[in-house]
Amino acid sequence: MSRSHVVGDTYAVTTRNLIAYRRVPELLVFSTIQPVLFVLLFRYVFGGAINVPGVDYVDYLMPGIFAQTVVFGAIGTAVGLANDLQSGLIERFRSLPMARSAVLTGRTLADLVRNVFVLALMCVVGVLVGWNAGNTVGGFIAAMALLLLFGYACTWIFASVGLAVRDAETAQAAAFPVMAPIVFASSAFVPVSSMPGWLQGFAKYQPLSVVCTASRDLLLGTNTGGHWVLGALAWCIGIIVISAPLAVLRYRRSA
Amino acid sequence: MTTPEGRSDAIVVEGLVKRFGDVVAVDGVSLRGERGKVLGLLGPNGAGKTTTVRVLTTVLSADAGRVEVLGHDVRRDPQTVRTIIGLAGQFAAVDPNLTGRENMRLIGRLTHLPKATVGPRADELLERFGLVDAANRPVRTYSGGMRRRLDLAAALVHRPPVLFLDEPTTGLDPASRLGLWELIEELLAEGTTVLLTTQYLEEADRLADHIVVIDKGRVIAEGAPTDLKATLGNTVAEFGFADTATAAAAATAAAPFAVRPPTVAGTAVHVELADGAHALLEVLRALDLGGTAPEALAVREPSLDDVFLSLTGHHAVDDADTGEGAR
Repeated sequence: MSRSHVVGDTYAVTTRNLIAYRRVPELLVFSTIQPVLFVLLFRYVFGGAINVPGVDYVDYLMPGIFAQTVVFGAIGTAVGLANDLQSGLIERFRSLPMARSAVLTGRTLADLVRNVFVLALMCVVGVLVGWNAGNTVGGFIAAMALLLLFGYACTWIFASVGLAVRDAETAQAAAFPVMAPIVFASSAFVPVSSMPGWLQGFAKYQPLSVVCTASRDLLLGTNTGGHWVLGALAWCIGIIVISAPLAVLRYRRSA
Repeated sequence: MTTPEGRSDAIVVEGLVKRFGDVVAVDGVSLRGERGKVLGLLGPNGAGKTTTVRVLTTVLSADAGRVEVLGHDVRRDPQTVRTIIGLAGQFAAVDPNLTGRENMRLIGRLTHLPKATVGPRADELLERFGLVDAANRPVRTYSGGMRRRLDLAAALVHRPPVLFLDEPTTGLDPASRLGLWELIEELLAEGTTVLLTTQYLEEADRLADHIVVIDKGRVIAEGAPTDLKATLGNTVAEFGFADTATAAAAATAAAPFAVRPPTVAGTAVHVELADGAHALLEVLRALDLGGTAPEALAVREPSLDDVFLSLTGHHAVDDADTGEGAR
């Protein structure tokens, strides 16, 4: 398999997945309605009761919303792969002389592109509810890049889920119980210091919290020496290094 | 190309075994598909047909046995095999969200056609398969027949010399089935080697040069379609008469030509004939001479079920568990 085939095949599969997102806009709409509701809920309903020292709550909230958005968005990766397995499309791909890797990388790259759109939309929503969008352009770009990297890492986890469960409904059902503790037992919406002691260790250092804290540091220009940013990068790369080969292995075996 | 034995078989399967956990889906199947001919793989759901095709098309790996396409071993050289085969059928699919044209172009790109020929080749096949008008519509708006035609067209994009058609007409209405058969017959006229799996004796009879019957993962019979039908299935003629007395007399008159004594149910008589058309003519002549001309007549060709009954003593779809091995 020549390198140009790997690139060409990956590009072809990525494009194909993006066309599906364009043609079935419901997929995008549903994956953005929920985070928008969370913004409204936490900004206007719960936010007043949450006290975060030294920062406007909306500036604390939005990085949490972004991280939550890319994590829940990764369910789309599982659903997409489960659908392709169920419909038999992957069966056809396996019989073609294409690069084996293109099915998974084409899926995760398409979902990365989708995350760019969804994050851009959420930034607009944030600004509309009074988010300051970061103190420096560099900080904003760095934070968005980190969130996209985190989203990309999550899509690799959910690629394995999609290949394992084989139908879209199960993928969705299987994903939520795993995601809920990651999203809610975190620093995404409330400071970890308000949680019971036994939960604080997990809630502070689990990947989503570390990514949230690092994004806040980048956006607000605090802690610029940034061990949180390094921690977040370590989490993202660690997740990719472990979950991508697992997904590839799963793909090879799930015939 | 010839196989190591010097034969011109395009498809070689020897002692193929495939297990899924405790279930043995394919249990020592051997078959050969001659170059430029159609090999029909006939059997009920769960017989192991699709599993055999999946191994031949490199989608699944075998637990044991030798499997070659045009002399290339599917285990040692799967990537070469993939360049010379096309797969269409019940489990291979097209993307419902893409248009017909986008689907064809995707396959063109993934089979590495030269960039400049991807578009023209897609259009050529869409034209040939009568899908030009629907080419810019998402496939989810297609009828079942159109989807199968696109599926078949997609398998042909890179002009594969060997084609696998896995139950190409299962679930289609009779008109769409007929249309698809005509398309397949055209392909055969071009010299493509085909392996066709089907549950329908009629389909195998019409399209295949050689038929292998499999059941529960094993080959239970093989031969030319006419031979198989002659030895395995009997043409069934159902007569209706004006009254029960005529029916009884007619049954007696027809008996010498039938495979087994005709059965009478009221005014209806059921006659099984080994040598279809010819024997039927004899029966009609005898009934006419005897003054017991029928009021009604229905003739039916032997079905897969009839073939299975005579080969295995069980119906093609008797057990609830036969669907299990289908994957």
